[in-house]
Amino acid sequence: MKDLTDIPTAKVVMDKPDTRNRLDHMAQGVIHKGLPRPDGPLKVAGVATYAHEDQPEGMLTGVLVRAPVSSGKMTGLNAEEIRAMDGVRGVFHGKTFLRNPAQGTANEAPIQPDGEIFYIGQPMALVVADSFEQARHAAKTVKLQIERSDAVTDLSKAEAEEQEDQYSAQGDLDGAMKDAAFTVDQTYRTPGHTSNAMEPHAAIAQWDGKKLTVRASCQMLKYNVNELADSLDLEPSQVHLLTPFTGGGFGAKLGISHEAVAAGHAAMELGAPVAVVLSRQQVAEATMRRSETVQQIRLAADAEGRLTGIGHTATVSNLPDEPFAEPVTQATPFIYRGENREVGMKVKRINSMAAGSVRAPGEAVGLTALEIAMDELARASGVDPVELRKINVPEVDPSDGRDFSSNTLVEALDDGARAFGWADRETGRTDGDWLIGYGMASATRVNMIGESHARITLEDGKVLVETDMTDVGTGTYAILTQIAAEMLGVDPAHVTVDLGNSDHPKAAGSGGSWGASSSGSSVFVACENLRSRIAEEMGVEETDLTLQDGIARAANTQRELASFGTLAVEGVIDAGKTGEDVRQATFGSFFAEVGVNRVSGEVRVRRMHGSFAAGRILNEMTARSQCLGGMTFGIGMALTEELMFDPRDGHLVNNDMAEYHVPVNLDVPQLTVNFLEERDPWANPMQAKGIGELGICGAGASIVNAIYDACGVRVRDLPATMDKLLSGLPDL
Amino acid sequence: MRPFDYIRAEAQSDATRAGAEGATIIAGGTNLLDLMKLEVMAPDKVVDITRLDLGEIGEARDGGLRIGALVTNSDLAADMRVRKNYPALSSALLAGASGQLRNKATTGGNLLQRTRCYYFYDTDQPCNKRAPGSGCGAIGGASRLHAILGVSENCIASHPSDMAVAMRMLGASVEIESEDGETRVVDLAEFYVLPGEDPSVETVLKPGDLITHVILPAPRAGRQTYRKVRDRASYAFAMVSVAGRVSVQDGRITEAALAFGGIGSQPWRDGHVEEMLVGEEPSTALFAKAADALLADAVTQDGNAFKVPLTKRTLIATLKDLTAEIAQ
Repeated sequence: MKDLTDIPTAKVVMDKPDTRNRLDHMAQGVIHKGLPRPDGPLKVAGVATYAHEDQPEGMLTGVLVRAPVSSGKMTGLNAEEIRAMDGVRGVFHGKTFLRNPAQGTANEAPIQPDGEIFYIGQPMALVVADSFEQARHAAKTVKLQIERSDAVTDLSKAEAEEQEDQYSAQGDLDGAMKDAAFTVDQTYRTPGHTSNAMEPHAAIAQWDGKKLTVRASCQMLKYNVNELADSLDLEPSQVHLLTPFTGGGFGAKLGISHEAVAAGHAAMELGAPVAVVLSRQQVAEATMRRSETVQQIRLAADAEGRLTGIGHTATVSNLPDEPFAEPVTQATPFIYRGENREVGMKVKRINSMAAGSVRAPGEAVGLTALEIAMDELARASGVDPVELRKINVPEVDPSDGRDFSSNTLVEALDDGARAFGWADRETGRTDGDWLIGYGMASATRVNMIGESHARITLEDGKVLVETDMTDVGTGTYAILTQIAAEMLGVDPAHVTVDLGNSDHPKAAGSGGSWGASSSGSSVFVACENLRSRIAEEMGVEETDLTLQDGIARAANTQRELASFGTLAVEGVIDAGKTGEDVRQATFGSFFAEVGVNRVSGEVRVRRMHGSFAAGRILNEMTARSQCLGGMTFGIGMALTEELMFDPRDGHLVNNDMAEYHVPVNLDVPQLTVNFLEERDPWANPMQAKGIGELGICGAGASIVNAIYDACGVRVRDLPATMDKLLSGLPDL
Repeated sequence: MRPFDYIRAEAQSDATRAGAEGATIIAGGTNLLDLMKLEVMAPDKVVDITRLDLGEIGEARDGGLRIGALVTNSDLAADMRVRKNYPALSSALLAGASGQLRNKATTGGNLLQRTRCYYFYDTDQPCNKRAPGSGCGAIGGASRLHAILGVSENCIASHPSDMAVAMRMLGASVEIESEDGETRVVDLAEFYVLPGEDPSVETVLKPGDLITHVILPAPRAGRQTYRKVRDRASYAFAMVSVAGRVSVQDGRITEAALAFGGIGSQPWRDGHVEEMLVGEEPSTALFAKAADALLADAVTQDGNAFKVPLTKRTLIATLKDLTAEIAQ
């Protein structure tokens, strides 16, 4: 048993670029390769325990009760009737209940409104019973006593607040628009989206009188522990969170949510383990939506198509006093040139479910609109859409003059165009009733890291990696295995990665595409420390040490790794000046071929390609899967996904997967992905950047642009459903 | 889900007796169980008929087919006689739901599946079909899925079935056993009732009635098709669907049968539209005129007004396909 107090710490703050490319000089040869996820067989066999699957003896089940009105004050409920029902153990409501889940990295409890109602679907009470069926029926029988009050549920009647801290302007955009050879000035609309992770939000809480242990489905344990403790008036040290496997999050599980707080509260009150799982409808209406957006985009270009100005102002919505505003214009300051610029944001306050992070907040919808506008500029100017983007790639970040850490947009555009056969596309083609069209778009996503810790123990030639990092299905187990195996020269089979336990060193968590870079770098830093200690024992410089297949070699000596006893270290990475000194982003391109049915306006994507650059690719199999998933989201965003709200009461109308249309297998054609070879020394010591969300950012625009190419209808109001195409289709 | 009693019928009379006493019949359960979990339907008692001997597809005396109520959608779609003589029905079945659901869903149950109206599913919203007298949330609300034909001021819900649309076009009828042991046969045209004053009543079935078979008349000449237009390529309900059979001789249409899904409060068929086609030479103008006649009485909302032009275009294209050999 190792003594954790004695373990040294090795820390790197990213204050300067790391150009050593150390991972390229290792001998094991497993980094970058497509190592299948070690957790994959467990998941396929059903033995990976998700939050609701590790059920303790004597577990009770709680079901949350929704608010049926959009505004008011709950004054009580028919508790006596409910408590008398079969199997019911408790009915809870009041001040611990959350209005909505915490926003990502909030680190404190979200609003706990103590019975005040802000939207239909807000969880107001919890009924706990012996069985799920008893609890669900009892919850359904609950009658909330409510004093109703006025609500704002119609967005068209809500007032927009200017976000002054998010406004910036340079030069004279109005003037540039006036003087331009070509302009685009259009308004684009995107609807609300929901994450729809396969695993619903779930938690099982146990209270031993001093400590609350919660198995939950989370993305960011470091913050979630504090959010849960704060919600329940506990010390963080009294909360133990376990999330070994998370069945998808996509932003919806960044912050602590209703189920964990309600389960914890009930477990403490009842002295028994309590499970709470949100139903699919509750996931949809009580967690997080991506805000709808209304975006005005202005482009001014000279006769050759070179941009002289870009304007991008957006209006989004959220609940009153909720701090998150979809960062629609996040990529606009740096993706294209133009000396006259304006970006701005407005927020409307509405009594409708909370808006928060969903699948690449910002660029997913903001870049999609901008890339539709760029296609409009290409059409107006007659410049090829790929060429138009290439000639507008800036030398430096045009909003502040900073250098890019790297900017690979031109290479990604060229690679994508080549792989797709863009130059050889045949316009005006038909295939039976299908009008064929081609479209493309750029991809970009801001890159960052967050403070992350990992403990590495090398013992008997085997490696143990421990961190509270999560694997949300993205491949964390795989890449941390690879990094440790590569750096320490062991077979991946000899690496054990232990995640999702809040007793472990605290990682950045999964979100914002920063998980792999942050947690991976902490493992890297720890491994470098162990390499130095091994080198020191062998009397050589760390750079002269070769670790491979469990053997340490230096000069003329070699030793088995097992002979070094037990070596342990906590590795720490933290963001530093490289996050401010340069503009860090990932880049890519999308190319799509679609068919538009000339009769019905139905759209089917026929093929789609993405080329991406994100620094070093740690695992080309899991990275590819991320991009395939992102492009699939792009298909959904372009064609089918739309949260429908009823403006009369603000309620979410399509709160299940039958009517919120994510793409099904038949909607997703052959997708291909290329990665560009790149090292970004500014990003982190692995020269890797986040890949998780890049595949979404702009993907939908390539499809919408292809629709225009196919049938001449420009859709500026997503999704591009058939009703929006009908009037522009040819006569039969 | 409200606690309920479960009984298993060993004979048809068990089911009809239980039904007469208020039990709800369950077969595949692909729709009823979902609705019970949400307490949209909350029967005190269900009677499981899956052990009854109603799982065969037999030949009817006139050369048609007599399909047992428990034949699954998958089996019916795959039956060689159906594929050969009633291809529109096979296509319609395969256009519905998913493979897993079709393996469970039955012929009788499919006829009785409830609307997918969002307001019907949400027990905190008004719905005259679920809670008579509470109002209709869909009128003035979200109505993309909703009907434009056969609606009333109390309900604009659409019937979601694909199978029933093809059966309606094929002239199917429903064989029903009642509590007294009598059997009657009801043409599908008479089986469904319009929403009118009380949209909670959807068919002519009375307590104690059990659908035992669906009868398809002997196959008729002509080309058949089922065309479904939807928001995604699979696993989505029809925005509009057309089941059609058209026969052409000597350059003129001699027979036409058309039924529509996604636009009606029930699987929709309009004899007047078919009559307009018979005896005429196929032409786009004729088809457009027929579509206009079909849609003349359409009642639309903001969310489903597009179904008028969509249906017109889909009908014209479907009729062109069905008459393609002569309408060059």
